[in-house]
Amino acid sequence: MTETINGKTILSTPFTEEDILALRAGDVIYINGDIVTGRDDVHIRVIAENMDLPAVINDKALMHAGPIVKCSEESGFEVIAIGPTTSMRMEKFEYDFIKKTGVRFIIGKGGMGERTAEACREFGAVHCVLPAGNAVVTALCAEEITGVEWLDLGMAEALWNIRVKGLGPLIVTIDSGGRNLFAERKKEIARRKEEQIEEIGKKLESIL
Amino acid sequence: MTRKERIQMMTDIMASFIGYTAVHLPDDVISKLRELRDSEEDPAALSIYDMMFENMRLASELGRPSCQDTGFVQLRIECGSRFPLIDELEEILRCAVITATNNTPLRPNVVETFDEINTGNNTGTGAPSISWKIVPGWDGCGIYTYLAGGGCSLPGHAAVLMPGEGYKGVVRFVLDRIAEYGTNACPPLYVGVGIANSVDTAAMLSKEALFRPLGSHSPNEKAAEMERMLEDAINTMGIGPQGMGGKASVLGVSIQHAARHTATLGVGVSFGCWTHRRGHIVFERDLSFVTETHPGFTFVQ
Repeated sequence: MTETINGKTILSTPFTEEDILALRAGDVIYINGDIVTGRDDVHIRVIAENMDLPAVINDKALMHAGPIVKCSEESGFEVIAIGPTTSMRMEKFEYDFIKKTGVRFIIGKGGMGERTAEACREFGAVHCVLPAGNAVVTALCAEEITGVEWLDLGMAEALWNIRVKGLGPLIVTIDSGGRNLFAERKKEIARRKEEQIEEIGKKLESIL
Repeated sequence: MTRKERIQMMTDIMASFIGYTAVHLPDDVISKLRELRDSEEDPAALSIYDMMFENMRLASELGRPSCQDTGFVQLRIECGSRFPLIDELEEILRCAVITATNNTPLRPNVVETFDEINTGNNTGTGAPSISWKIVPGWDGCGIYTYLAGGGCSLPGHAAVLMPGEGYKGVVRFVLDRIAEYGTNACPPLYVGVGIANSVDTAAMLSKEALFRPLGSHSPNEKAAEMERMLEDAINTMGIGPQGMGGKASVLGVSIQHAARHTATLGVGVSFGCWTHRRGHIVFERDLSFVTETHPGFTFVQ
């Protein structure tokens, strides 16, 4: 479900196909509902080792993240700090991961590559960036840990099921049309880099 | 105090200090981020800076690590040859990391290579990493601490260039890496460059460069000039906070250098993310200490 509250676009789980297809690269949104964390080891198990993901995530958000979780007898699991990790590490697996799990909403840090963009276009999914390094602001969006799987992978790599409220701001970087904001930005950055190398090269000749 | 009590005290101070650096950024990083925010005009970049400051405020208020990736602990020791606890120092630091992991808490990030098992306490073979410099005749001990996040460690790189590639080759080496990986490593970045004989020395110096205070420059005028050129160049590339565009892409650029074989040009580059959690603590022989990176740090037994 998508709604606009005080000028903010908020998507709530379960996400529908329409919710996802309406998003465009550059949109800024927030989400309510269920997210599942999954990073390197979860992708390796599901794709390289062909194990089944112990969660249904086709209408939820996958977050590339490894939280700090505190466990106590009185309050159970509590999210102390959480934030996105470098999504590009999952690029190798993400096309197949999207195809296999049906996930349509991925949250991470930095951009992803052409294969993920292809999966987004083919299967109607999006990738969003959450500003990273803000682990306390983000932890306060976590209402409850509703479950955990694959804890044998360690705290950072386990699959945590978390209910969130107002998680964001999420900036859509790949939309279901396959537009890839970071790929576009990197081309411009590379162009400017070449100009700078030539410029510094000339300056260096005068000082060295 | 008995020797045993002094060992325990130094362990407790270090555990507490490492935990403190996970929660509170050093003063120079906070000032630099404020300066970058004040000169930013792009509304999206400004809102990212605002989120950073809100996060720093909440981390301090709630005493929680500011980033969930509390990193791999890297320590650089500058120890006086007459420091009374020199023999026990490595064990003190290893125990301090375990205590900090439990108390702060830090995220257990350390995995034993080949066994592929998370040790659960941020120590392991060669973890924390410790590099030594002995200061002859001194009876104090300085320790640089650094929580090296995965995201900003990932783009690190070193190589030996042909001398014919020259300093322009060094510039290309650094800027290529930033253009390819900089957007993912949590910019604005602190960029450390090492120029030396071989990959090992260049890489070590590039990490050492990240321990230098922001705004400092190499005492070598030509190196300092190259630091300024690289800083301007990377900012002009327009990576911006979180890679989403903006005026500033770096917190700073530091170059550390050493002499080389006439036939080599070794270059290394290391990156620190915007939440650059480095600390510096200097002990006297009686374990009184100064923490110039974190003047707010106090130790209560």
